[in-house]
Amino acid sequence: MSAALAAEQALNGLQLGLMLFLMAAGLTLVLGIMDTINLAHGSLYMTGAYLAAATYAAAGSFLVAVAAAVVGTALIGALLEMTVLRALYRRDHLSQVLATFAIILIANEAIRMTWGPQPLALPTPRALSGPVELLPGFLYPAWRLVLIAAGLGVAVLLFILVTYTRAGMRVRAGASNREMAEVMGVDVKRLFTVVFAIGAALCALAGALLGPLLAVQVGMGESILILAFVVVVIGGIGSIRGAFVGALLVGIVDTAGRALLVPALASIAIYVLMAAVLFWKPQGLFPARG
Amino acid sequence: MKVSLHTPAAGWWWAAVAAMLAAFPTIAANFGQEYYIGLATRMLVFGIAATSLNLLVGYGGMVSFGHAAFFGTGAYAVAALADRGVSAPWITWPLAMALAAMLALAIGAAALRTRGLYFIMITLAFAQMVFYLVVSVKTLGGDDGLSLAARGIGESALFYTALALAVLAACGLRRLANAGFGRALQGVRENEARMEAVGFPVLRIKLAAFTIAGAVAGLSGALLATLNGRAGPGLLDWPQSGQLLVMVILGGVGQRFGGFIGAAVLLAMEEVLSPYWVHWQLVLGIVLLAVVLRAPRGLAGMLARG
Amino acid sequence: MAEILRITGLVKRFGGVAATDGLDLDVRAGEVHAVIGPNGAGKSTLIHQVSGALVPDAGTVVFEERDVTGLSMHERVAAGIARSFQVTNVFARLAVLDNVALAVQARTRSCFSFWRPAIGDAAAFAEAMRILDRVGLVARADAAAGALSHGEQRRLEMALALATQARLLLLDEPMAGMDTAESAALLSLLRELRAHCTLLLVEHDMDAVFQLADRISVLVYGRVIATGTPDAIRANEEVRRAYLGDTLPA
Repeated sequence: MSAALAAEQALNGLQLGLMLFLMAAGLTLVLGIMDTINLAHGSLYMTGAYLAAATYAAAGSFLVAVAAAVVGTALIGALLEMTVLRALYRRDHLSQVLATFAIILIANEAIRMTWGPQPLALPTPRALSGPVELLPGFLYPAWRLVLIAAGLGVAVLLFILVTYTRAGMRVRAGASNREMAEVMGVDVKRLFTVVFAIGAALCALAGALLGPLLAVQVGMGESILILAFVVVVIGGIGSIRGAFVGALLVGIVDTAGRALLVPALASIAIYVLMAAVLFWKPQGLFPARG
Repeated sequence: MKVSLHTPAAGWWWAAVAAMLAAFPTIAANFGQEYYIGLATRMLVFGIAATSLNLLVGYGGMVSFGHAAFFGTGAYAVAALADRGVSAPWITWPLAMALAAMLALAIGAAALRTRGLYFIMITLAFAQMVFYLVVSVKTLGGDDGLSLAARGIGESALFYTALALAVLAACGLRRLANAGFGRALQGVRENEARMEAVGFPVLRIKLAAFTIAGAVAGLSGALLATLNGRAGPGLLDWPQSGQLLVMVILGGVGQRFGGFIGAAVLLAMEEVLSPYWVHWQLVLGIVLLAVVLRAPRGLAGMLARG
Repeated sequence: MAEILRITGLVKRFGGVAATDGLDLDVRAGEVHAVIGPNGAGKSTLIHQVSGALVPDAGTVVFEERDVTGLSMHERVAAGIARSFQVTNVFARLAVLDNVALAVQARTRSCFSFWRPAIGDAAAFAEAMRILDRVGLVARADAAAGALSHGEQRRLEMALALATQARLLLLDEPMAGMDTAESAALLSLLRELRAHCTLLLVEHDMDAVFQLADRISVLVYGRVIATGTPDAIRANEEVRRAYLGDTLPA
């Protein structure tokens, strides 16, 4: 493989990893803090992509479309948390699985009813649809660079938020011990809603940014959701650092696998990675809880 | 609320139901409604699959979101064997079971070292792994799946076989649940740490349950492939795992006939609603949400109480 | 008296902290051996490593002349070591009788019997009832374990430990959270238990420890600084210093 091809694949892996990080960050927090599994996380990603596509069709500006997607999905996420998720926090995992699975069914059909079964178009903004010459002779799609920049930006922002702010401290406290956090006076209900809404916003961002690359269609959320689960399992439940490392690992392994292996093996590469990590560390690389 | 470890014998009513089902093909043929024989067979087959998942989830407390892996493997085993000229069910079905059992043993050995949220996500992930693997193998038909050259058994005969196997599954579940193994399994569900502390080999018990459930799911997959005349990747995909879980909760988690009731209700819903409204799954989603939030013991639970 | 348990050079680290730091301890057959120490001394960690809940990083645990360091928990139970929990951990939704019957059935290895209904195992249930009688819970046999009072649940914990027919019982703060009456009841139960097996217990209730124990080991920063009879420990200077003003019963 030529150096240029290797560099391209590396950047693709980084880009996929960072987008997965956006999905996994919100997911791992919900899993870690609320001890709740949320299968509908992928539906929020899908909602973001659809809102972006619909807004773009109406407004013509990609920036407006992304903003609408992020804000709209955050609101939907908050609503979902306050109505359904809140009733599930103290329930058993099976109930959580089934209730959020029900939400997937409802969301998929609702989207189908609103926009029909055909995929929607979300084109790359014209200014960013061309290639960029990173090094002499090495061209890389500008849009993918935007994704990488956005992903890194969010990662830095989240890291600062969680490590250096009081809100972040509360989140980390909640992640390691919810009862203690409550006793310490943290408004747990509001914290949960905010955390969930932020997770939804991150999903929407990923959905809007990936829209031009992947198809905006019903069911798009579920395939990426499973990747996000693999990331969380590898990274450790409740850890944003784990989500970051796990996401990059999954992104790179998946991309490298598809470039180097036969299709049958490439498709299972990340699951083999997951099994390997679990064998060595059954709670993931950076489990937040003891 | 006290829970008993003993599953009591069902009343006379279930023998009546079995008898009515046995008479069903003749009655249906009489009215020219042969189509419903196929539907009834589907309900029995999915009932067996859901019952195997119920053993795992309801009796063992292991929420597996990857049961489709074993269900689909059984189906593909039958289709692949038919592809090579072997279509006699008494050869292909046991082989399908064995293959599903081996897969369950392998996945279980890895997944059962984890618990709770990790376990759910890992079973889902491994099932998807099987899905992607099968879809990428050209000789298994890729996205289109694999059709059976010959069914190998008549429609009525298939119905009666499915009915017999369903009765066997229902009886087997009770036998298993009341035996030493079943008590231990339920003990694991109730308090795994305690079971370990009094000296039960918990991992081995869970693995045994996982393998048995996988094998039975494989058998039902084999039945379905024989019924449908094909095995498609949809049988391995996560929505199939979800559908099986839905059947379990609709019918009643940990209730003896929960799998069968849930399968019948879900398939009946699909049968009745889908011709009228293409978005019928919206209704299903709402009903499911309502059941989970309001009637967590499922329909069988409600029947048992009232 | 022969040694039933010999722990040598036990080490267990969590991250950078050594919870157990070169611990040596031996327990004589038939005695009641208490482990005391300030908070964070590593008492629970020690119990976990003897029961099999934790695997030590270094050192050996030898039980009845047999190296059990690498054995899993259920293998140790089969070998004769059983534990009770610091926070009561019974089968809350099951009847008290079913709780003990399960423990009895663990011993009879029936968990891989797939056919015969266990309810027909009259011997197991009879033995369960006998054990309930020993701990005074026969009247509550039919109640859900979760409905029992705290003291009754503690006794059920004892019943479960008895059902394993262990020769070494590990008790992790058995008196925790009990009022005076319940403590007294449990103390007399423990005195009965000692007739049947060796007890190694971790406990904060100093009165109970000094009344019950034959020997006491004092744990500080993951190692044993003194072992001896209650009188010897009371008089030990190093021990007094370690407790920094905590009063030992006179």
